[in-house]
Amino acid sequence: MGRGQGASPCRGSLIDGTFAGERSKVIMKQSVLPKAIPPRAGVGLKSDHYRTILESNPDIGFFEVHAENYMGAGGPPHRYIGEIRNRYPLSLHGVGLSIGADRPLDREHVGRLKYLIQRYQPGLFSEHLAWSTHEASFFNDLLPVPYTAETLKRVCEHIDEVQGTLGRQMLLENPSTYIAFAESTYTEIDFIAEIVRQTGCGLLLDINNVHVASTNQQWDSVRYIDGYPLAHVQEIHLAGHTREADDKGRPLLIDTHDRPVDELVWDLFAHAIARLGPTPTLIEWDAKIPAWPRLQAEADRAEAVMYPPTRQEARRAAG
Amino acid sequence: MLLAERQRDFANALLDPAAAVPAGIVGPDGLPTSRRFAVYRNNVVVGLIEALLANFPAICCIVGEEFFRAMAREFVMQEPPTSPILLDYGAGFPGFIGRFEPAGPLPYLGDVARIERAWTEAYNAPEALALDASAFAGLPGERTPGLRFELHPSLRLVRSRFPALTIWRMNVADGVPAPVDLEAGGEDAFVLRPAADVEVRSLPAGGAEFIARLARGLSLEDAARTALRNSGSFDLATSLEALVSAGAFVGFSLGESSKAIHAAGDES
Repeated sequence: MGRGQGASPCRGSLIDGTFAGERSKVIMKQSVLPKAIPPRAGVGLKSDHYRTILESNPDIGFFEVHAENYMGAGGPPHRYIGEIRNRYPLSLHGVGLSIGADRPLDREHVGRLKYLIQRYQPGLFSEHLAWSTHEASFFNDLLPVPYTAETLKRVCEHIDEVQGTLGRQMLLENPSTYIAFAESTYTEIDFIAEIVRQTGCGLLLDINNVHVASTNQQWDSVRYIDGYPLAHVQEIHLAGHTREADDKGRPLLIDTHDRPVDELVWDLFAHAIARLGPTPTLIEWDAKIPAWPRLQAEADRAEAVMYPPTRQEARRAAG
Repeated sequence: MLLAERQRDFANALLDPAAAVPAGIVGPDGLPTSRRFAVYRNNVVVGLIEALLANFPAICCIVGEEFFRAMAREFVMQEPPTSPILLDYGAGFPGFIGRFEPAGPLPYLGDVARIERAWTEAYNAPEALALDASAFAGLPGERTPGLRFELHPSLRLVRSRFPALTIWRMNVADGVPAPVDLEAGGEDAFVLRPAADVEVRSLPAGGAEFIARLARGLSLEDAARTALRNSGSFDLATSLEALVSAGAFVGFSLGESSKAIHAAGDES
């Protein structure tokens, strides 16, 4: 994801009491929740679609939520996610942990993530190679880090701490970037591969980010995918971006998540799937959110790439 | 360059549009680039303005989106969030609006923002099971004056010397804006989320004093006395009944030292 969270989930359109928090907690305790995220397409859960999902039970492999949108003490967001969790596999995606910051992790925030993980039992938990906090401020954006030995040490310490506290593996997402740092001494891929080697974390491969960063940094995006530590990729993200130009007229892609996945990103996705095989793949659409069928169509297209007609049997077996 | 220095310089330049782009931030040719750095500046500020828009829809409706964005931009620069939980961003926004000079011609605006803030707080408040009238059945009459209540954690009061609640209602969801007499007197709003839905009600004279005293742990008798001092028309029986049926209470005790009683199954 690129742009931050923001909207208070489902303001103004509230549910009746039938998805009462107390009741769904009881159900969660009694039933075995499907835990693993299947190698299918999922959709980023938005409050706009809570009702549609509960009323129509769409055929979707999983849902993913931004952890910070569910960090209120109580309220409708918890009622909805509790009910949706009873029906679908769920993955949890953090956008505010600031793993790349040169300061200690916010222990309270890690604690809140741990609580959400215990309560909703997500199949995967992911965060970003980025920073978003400085002194007292939270910047609500995923800011880039220089690829140096010092940053590497800091990031690895933080991932060790997160995995230790949560008691599980986390996935790290590759960034979309607009600038580079003169002091960087690693390539992005070498930097990420080294993090995986040192911490044992898994990877979330955001293919839109690969395309955005590769265009902005003038890298070859296919070579990026081929050079990536694909053996550690457990999830893929797809999203839309906007196209602008920098001060010298060079293309500058912005990771806006406000439109369909770009055709070039679909091509890159097909290339990655050819190497990886079917992999849990999330459609992210975080701004100018469309009606549900548009998202379902994007998810269906992702599944068609993973399971061309000859492989439909495998798709059905994947559940 | 040390990571700490890099992030300090980057952070300082983010919220200051006049600041130079820090050295060493480069494009693909290795040369400085201000347009590219501006993407981060824009993302941060616009993202936070969007968070305020989500939390203060009536304010946006009243002043228009262009004015709202300009006002929110000033606030974001002065008071960026201190927590990654943006659901909760904007506690200081109503006060800021009150001090924001261009909004001076709309003196009620800060109070409308307080209602919206109370709405957000109630929306995200902890769950708690409200007591219904049956919980009070069979209480010996002579003990009633000494009752002390535990109020629902989502309950908020917003007092205004303007008809702020009327104005808020006209500017949300199905509201229809109409002329409002600002001299018509103040309104007190009572915000509560007993179950799934946030409910906003107006309070009769004395009602706000009454609830505020109960919230501080005063006995029913003491709270009612204060309310009556503020308004001769305060009606204890009606007010109490209204609060119970709204779901404002989650527990009560019969005196300072006696055991508190809560709704059955309340896990809060």
